[in-house]
Amino acid sequence: MTRNFLAGFAYLLLAPLVGALLAGLDRRITARMQGRRGPPILQPIYDVLKLLAKEPIGVRRHGHFFVFGHLVFMMAAGFEFFFGGDLLIVIFAFALASVFLVLGAYAAHSPFSHIGAERELLQMMAAEPILLLTAMGFYLANGSFRVEYIADHPTPALFLLPGIFAALAFILTIKLRKSPFDLSTSHHAHQEIVKGLTTEFSGLSLALVEIAHWYETIMLLGLFYLFLAPYPLAAVLLVAVVYGLEILLDNTSARMKWQWAMKSSWTTASLLGAINLIVLYYWMGTTP
Amino acid sequence: MHIPLGLILVPLAAAFILLALGRTKLRKPLVIVATTAFGLGSLHLLFNQLSKDALLVPFDETPFLTGFGWAGLLIGAFLLERCIRFRQPLAALLVLTQTGLAWWAEHLTHLRHNPVGVPLIVDHFSAIMAAIIGIIGGLICVHAVGYMKDWNHHHDKLPDRRNQFFFLLFLFISAMFGLVFANSLPWFVFFWEVTTLCSFLLIGYARDAEAMKSAFLALRLNLIGGIAMTAGWLLILHRGGSLDMLQIVASGDAMYLLPVVLLCIAGLAKSAQFPFSGWLLGAMVAPTPVSAMLHASTMVKAGVYVIIRFAPVLQDTMAGLMISLIGATTFLLTSLAAIGQSNAKRVLAYSTIANLGLIVTCAGTGQYNAIWAAILLVIFHAVAKALLFLAVGTVEHRLGSRDIEDMDGLVMRHPALAVAMLVGIAGMFLAPFGLLISKWAALEALIVVNPILPIFVVFGSSATLFFWAKWMGKMIGAEPGARPVPDDTHSLELIVLAVLTALVIICCAVFPWIAEVLIDPYVLSVYGRTMVIGRETMVIMSIMLLLVALLPLSLLYRGGERFRRVSPYLAGANYEHPYRFTGSAGKEYPMGMKNYYLAEYLPELPIRRWGTIACLVMMAVLMGVAL
Repeated sequence: MTRNFLAGFAYLLLAPLVGALLAGLDRRITARMQGRRGPPILQPIYDVLKLLAKEPIGVRRHGHFFVFGHLVFMMAAGFEFFFGGDLLIVIFAFALASVFLVLGAYAAHSPFSHIGAERELLQMMAAEPILLLTAMGFYLANGSFRVEYIADHPTPALFLLPGIFAALAFILTIKLRKSPFDLSTSHHAHQEIVKGLTTEFSGLSLALVEIAHWYETIMLLGLFYLFLAPYPLAAVLLVAVVYGLEILLDNTSARMKWQWAMKSSWTTASLLGAINLIVLYYWMGTTP
Repeated sequence: MHIPLGLILVPLAAAFILLALGRTKLRKPLVIVATTAFGLGSLHLLFNQLSKDALLVPFDETPFLTGFGWAGLLIGAFLLERCIRFRQPLAALLVLTQTGLAWWAEHLTHLRHNPVGVPLIVDHFSAIMAAIIGIIGGLICVHAVGYMKDWNHHHDKLPDRRNQFFFLLFLFISAMFGLVFANSLPWFVFFWEVTTLCSFLLIGYARDAEAMKSAFLALRLNLIGGIAMTAGWLLILHRGGSLDMLQIVASGDAMYLLPVVLLCIAGLAKSAQFPFSGWLLGAMVAPTPVSAMLHASTMVKAGVYVIIRFAPVLQDTMAGLMISLIGATTFLLTSLAAIGQSNAKRVLAYSTIANLGLIVTCAGTGQYNAIWAAILLVIFHAVAKALLFLAVGTVEHRLGSRDIEDMDGLVMRHPALAVAMLVGIAGMFLAPFGLLISKWAALEALIVVNPILPIFVVFGSSATLFFWAKWMGKMIGAEPGARPVPDDTHSLELIVLAVLTALVIICCAVFPWIAEVLIDPYVLSVYGRTMVIGRETMVIMSIMLLLVALLPLSLLYRGGERFRRVSPYLAGANYEHPYRFTGSAGKEYPMGMKNYYLAEYLPELPIRRWGTIACLVMMAVLMGVAL
């Protein structure tokens, strides 16, 4: 139990730090891929500090309300995950956090953030089945929905859940809002939806969104770690490879339409995820 | 001992008094007194039941059966007259078949001379159902007093037939109580038919062409269910089985499988699963309290009630799997269909069918943990959906529209109503609220049984996320500076909405208690074991609820002294006013935002057609494997 709480609180304290460093590294690698030098690794932290010092402006006085909920439940979801709790509850809390962000964008009542909100909901709908199927898969592979048991299980889930792993890697792009699935918002404000979801967030609100995104990234990468949890080194390597591929993909692909995002992710979910689940169920049934 | 009978008789008496009094000022106090009486009665029953085993009510049922026989003939004659008057030959044929079969079954039951010794039983499950009927149903009746006044005002060409309306509403409640307490199958079938009758008359209440069309559609489909149910009853008699429902469940005898499947088909019809789902969508023409009561919280729950009751018979059978698949298909397809709807009542209707589908999915497996999840779903869905229907009804009278696109900025215009709706919607799909807790339990239960069922649930619930969240977004997106509109909502309506809003939250807060003292004992009594939820899961749910409750505190932070309000970003083309912009040819345009409905990708009719076809095939397989 002490271990659980330690892990949970370590996440609350360290995730934003690691997340920020990762974001800095991301920007650096991206810059190198584009033949630029790139900002310092700590740039994301400087950005957020700067945002916090900005003049409070907004379309509505309480614009930060939903963003605050977004951050709180993102932290709650991650805490539950690193605490070792029920994976389904982690996913549900995660969904709640994402809905808060969307509601914040709706509440701003601005056309660009409205479109961003609609698209973010589409992205959630696209990604949600695979997240839940992942939990189902872990249950079949390791006999529990609890992250701590899944992590302690001697056989790595990756070998039993290759389809689900691939599907999850596919939707990671959607969840991180990276190209080709940066539909709802992106780092490049010169595109057709401006900043989409985050158009009307500024100062404190935008800083909170950034911090929540760091929490989100670490939790999602934690999910990948679980696939090879018995071998920590290999698992970290796996996470690094997955994130590295994300950066590569982000820099080499153009934004897709939402129709394609929906179709491709639901197809992937049913082809890779669902079939993996069904095969595993009957295979586990025959091998005691 | 006398409470179950009292719960059946009090609303019945109130129904006839309200009918006889006609137009009267006494209606409001009478409705309040009667609903308080049976509401408290059902609560008393619930709390009395907590520590005990099932409450048996033994008496001689023979005279009642004779009475039901004659009453059934009367109902049949009445329905036949309606069918002839409105030229509905198919419905007439079904009425004749149903009445004839029921009369024959009644006759055979008499001949067999083997009355069920304990016609009424109250166990934990029926006590839960009774509390839903008594409390939620009672609240809806009270809301209807205010709502129907408005309704009559809006439909001023129609004669004031509110006495008939309340007669039907209370008659229905009486029948529902009878239905959940019945342990004797003939009783169950009789009350079932009374609910069909009430539903038919209440859907057709406005008596215009659309209402009558919908009413007859509901009648036809539910009569098919009724015929299946009566056939099940006849079949049990034919096979020399018992009409004691508890005995059927406990016997484990394979001869009951086919009759139970027939009863479950009636359940599928009543809970509007594919291929029967059309009637529930049509039923939305009825006044909103009817939709809330019959078509969301109680009558459609009778459909899943019968499947949950007989679920142990379906355990580990192909038939049970087929029923689950019908439910799962319905859940997935109607969740997708709901995305394309902008009519609030239709969204609620589709979501109701979907949730009933999820309950059927759980119940069909016949596994103890899935049954546990199914009962939890019944409870939470009844509360949240009643709130949403009533709130939509009240909002409709305020806005003059039930279109979600017209609910722009409702949170500023009608803050109280908007909060009620937001809580209701959150209750439908967000953690840590009720339905999500149930969905979690359902997923954990289903994955053990079969991998295909959770896959349906996973995709379907992702779709629900989309349509609920965009509805919430519509309501909270308001122009700054919008002010509340003066509100002339009837005070009774507001009180009921407030109570139901509180109930949605309270039910989540006391969820561990509901699970432990209400659902566990029932599941234990049937299966000998029950779903175990870790204490930690309950704690985390409570913490999340607390976090949600604390979130409004962040509103105290008002952005400080320095806060500066700015216009939304309109690509730099704002035109003096924050919501107007300079468009083509330098002209001024107002800004407008609409939600996504994806109608092109999720067309409603093909979805329903394919759902109907797929589930018809599954029903054929279902009958095939049960024979």
